[in-house]
Amino acid sequence: MIEWFSWAQAGVAIVAGLLAVILGLAGRQPNDYTMGATALVGVLLVVQLVVAILAPAFGNHATGSVLEFYTYLVSAILIPPAAISYGLVDRSRWSTVVLGVACLAVAVMVLRMQQIWAVQVA
Amino acid sequence: MSTTTSSRSTGVGRVLIAVYAVLALAATGRSFVQIATDFSDAPIAYALSALAAVVYILATIALIKKGDLWYRIAWITISFELLGVLVVGLLSLFDPILFPAKTVWSVFGAGYGFVPLVLPIIGMIWLYLKRPRPVEAQA
Repeated sequence: MIEWFSWAQAGVAIVAGLLAVILGLAGRQPNDYTMGATALVGVLLVVQLVVAILAPAFGNHATGSVLEFYTYLVSAILIPPAAISYGLVDRSRWSTVVLGVACLAVAVMVLRMQQIWAVQVA
Repeated sequence: MSTTTSSRSTGVGRVLIAVYAVLALAATGRSFVQIATDFSDAPIAYALSALAAVVYILATIALIKKGDLWYRIAWITISFELLGVLVVGLLSLFDPILFPAKTVWSVFGAGYGFVPLVLPIIGMIWLYLKRPRPVEAQA
């Protein structure tokens, strides 16, 4: 993982998540902004996957469990598409909140991935 | 049209289901990693992680599905989770040797922002509010 990219990615996911939770509680249906932000969170995860695959070739190796890292990453990649497809089917305010929950969950997982990659508490 | 059950997957219940789904995914992922890498280190803790994962998946499904049977399964699984997080939470404080490794329930789910402790309580309130009511007097 590239540290600044992970932080930026977690930041985007937190902002997208809070935006969707607030708009959802305010009664908004899923719209281009909340769906688009969730889609962006999903795209950044795919970029992160590419980075993670290429990084070891440039001498940037995970210091923690590689299996655990990829379990988080693959799980995280599944979340935004699931939330977005739910938002397309169910056009209620609660779908917007679900988009937010999905983004916040991804944020937590990205921070955990960065930990696994870089920080080892021995 | 009146039915004998009120759906549990409406309104804010959808958010509850989404959070359950995420927790099920998290517990499944963790137990997969633990069992795949070093099961023999802490078989009790890791077997419990796997059991917790299965129960979270079952609870998620039970909240989505309609009908009295699924309502009962939802109660059983959510009660089991609350029991699990309380018992394992206490044991992990007083007997860390039994639980050398983290499970989703260790220290009352502290590793997951205490969501495993709070979620079953919210789930129970939701199930109570959405309890199946008998059909209104039929003409």
